[in-house]
Amino acid sequence: MMSLLISVLVPYGPGLAEYADVVLNRESDKAGVRPVIFPHWFHRVRYQCRVCHSELGFEMRAGANLVTMQDITDGQFCGACHDGEIAWSTENCDLCHSALPGTAAGIRGGHETLGPGNW
Amino acid sequence: MKIIYTHFLLYGSMLIMLVVASVIIPDNALYADPNAFNRLMKPPSERNPSPAQDGIHDPESAGVSSLQKPRQSFGALPKGKSGNYVDWVKALEGGDIAPRYDRDDPAAEPVIMDLNIVREVKGSMPNVVYPHKQHTEWLDCSNCHPAIFIPQKGANNISMASILLGEQCGVCHGKVAFPVSECRRCHSQVKQTTASMDKKASAQKEVTQ
Ligand code: HEC
Ligand code: HEC
Ligand code: HEC
Ligand code: HEC
Ligand code: HEC
Ligand code: HEC
Repeated sequence: MMSLLISVLVPYGPGLAEYADVVLNRESDKAGVRPVIFPHWFHRVRYQCRVCHSELGFEMRAGANLVTMQDITDGQFCGACHDGEIAWSTENCDLCHSALPGTAAGIRGGHETLGPGNW
Repeated sequence: MKIIYTHFLLYGSMLIMLVVASVIIPDNALYADPNAFNRLMKPPSERNPSPAQDGIHDPESAGVSSLQKPRQSFGALPKGKSGNYVDWVKALEGGDIAPRYDRDDPAAEPVIMDLNIVREVKGSMPNVVYPHKQHTEWLDCSNCHPAIFIPQKGANNISMASILLGEQCGVCHGKVAFPVSECRRCHSQVKQTTASMDKKASAQKEVTQ
């Protein structure tokens, strides 16, 4: 009932997500968890691009980083900050794994340029 | 009694659905007006949607309602024309935000390089001024050099076509940094083209005649 209500109530297409939100879904759907949504806007209020794209080694290309949950709990990628000290820890699965199941990986929010991230 | 009760439940919940629907659904979504003033451009009411309504978050996921709504954050920041509808350059330089240079040291400062590269543009568009300052406030040299740009003035063949394909400036602009639609932020140096000088000259002639 609730899901029917929502599917009727949400006429938005994927292009309407917030600009620069990235869906990470190399492993999630396969493993039966919701895909991950990374919000650039929220993080760039707190961090310069270089922290992730230089210091922590995230490639600047959607889908190019093979991130696993084990890497994260080992303190890499998202886990470099989501460790319970700098930011809330990985026990909050739902805050990261928040996408509709089956959402394709890539950058969202009405980007205008083509390229690797535009799947 | 049982039948009346189930009817009550059924119609009651339908009524609630209707009320909820009329509150949540923007009019233009239900009764899409074929003669709406803006047919293709997104109306302001659809910008910066909240996570539960943005089409990619799962509203049934327990965490989604805990996420911050972009508008809560952006209300305090200088407005932009597209993308996040925030002017991130002004937000940073005006001190509205203080994004960290380092993962855990809030006091670490970036090395800012103030060097403008002017790229002359063929045709009528103003020249492009590429500012190192606004970039090194966010990025390391190695984010661009040498993979995207050879660090030598004029050594890179840049074109609008490749930018729109997501290369060169288009690696970031149109994806995370302000979109390509804001032409004049890049094409910011008005030039004295021969065409516009000719026009001005002939206009002056007409005045003097
Ligand atoms: C800080 C964000 C974050 C949190 C919190 C988080 N994950 Fe993940 N998780 C990711 C990312 C990013 C990936 C890689 C996504 C992809 O490419 O599909 C991932 C991948 C996975 C995968 C795919 C296979 C694997 O093992 O790598 C599973 C399963 C998973 N997470 C389960 C969980 C569970 C269970 C929790 C809570 C205990 C959790 N995650 C919390 C970010 C997070
Ligand atoms: C907190 C970490 C973090 C910060 C800060 C950050 N990014 Fe990202 N960025 C990511 C992640 C994660 C991805 C997705 C990688 C993937 O899909 O494998 C990404 C992807 C990208 C992409 C690829 C998009 C595509 O379509 O291919 C670009 C470009 C990018 N970021 C630019 C920036 C810029 C510019 C800034 C600063 C304004 C920035 N990022 C700040 C984590 C970050
Ligand atoms: C450079 C540090 C850093 C990295 C790397 C990082 N985050 Fe975060 N993230 C933060 C901080 C700080 C917060 C705010 C935490 C708080 O509210 O206590 C946050 C909050 C979030 C939020 C919640 C936003 C909200 O609405 O409150 C999500 C979702 C999130 N991160 C996902 C991710 C994912 C997915 C990754 C990896 C792809 C990632 N983060 C990598 C620092 C980071
Ligand atoms: C956002 C991308 C970007 C970043 C970050 C960046 N640059 Fe550049 N840089 C450019 C572009 C574009 C040019 C012009 C190339 C051209 O004209 O073909 C350039 C040109 C240069 C030149 C050549 C100047 C000349 O007169 O020949 C030098 C030197 C240089 N950059 C050094 C740096 C240093 C040092 C940093 C870090 C502090 C840096 N750049 C950061 C994009 C960048
Ligand atoms: C590695 C990512 C990246 C690349 C490549 C890049 N930019 Fe930027 N640029 C940014 C970010 C981040 C900002 C900060 C503003 C924002 O995010 O909207 C910015 C800001 C600017 C500004 C400042 C606008 C203002 O209001 O002061 C100009 C102009 C600009 N870029 C032009 C260019 C040009 C021209 C190129 C190509 C030669 C280019 N950029 C390549 C990331 C990039
Ligand atoms: C992110 C910065 C940026 C934005 C935004 C931008 N341009 Fe450009 N544009 C460039 C650069 C860099 C060049 C190459 C200049 C050169 O020849 O060195 C260029 C070149 C051009 C040219 C010359 C022909 C060509 O393809 O090289 C035209 C015409 C042009 N741009 C039009 C536009 C229009 C119209 C818009 C807005 C819709 C726009 N540009 C937005 C950076 C930008």
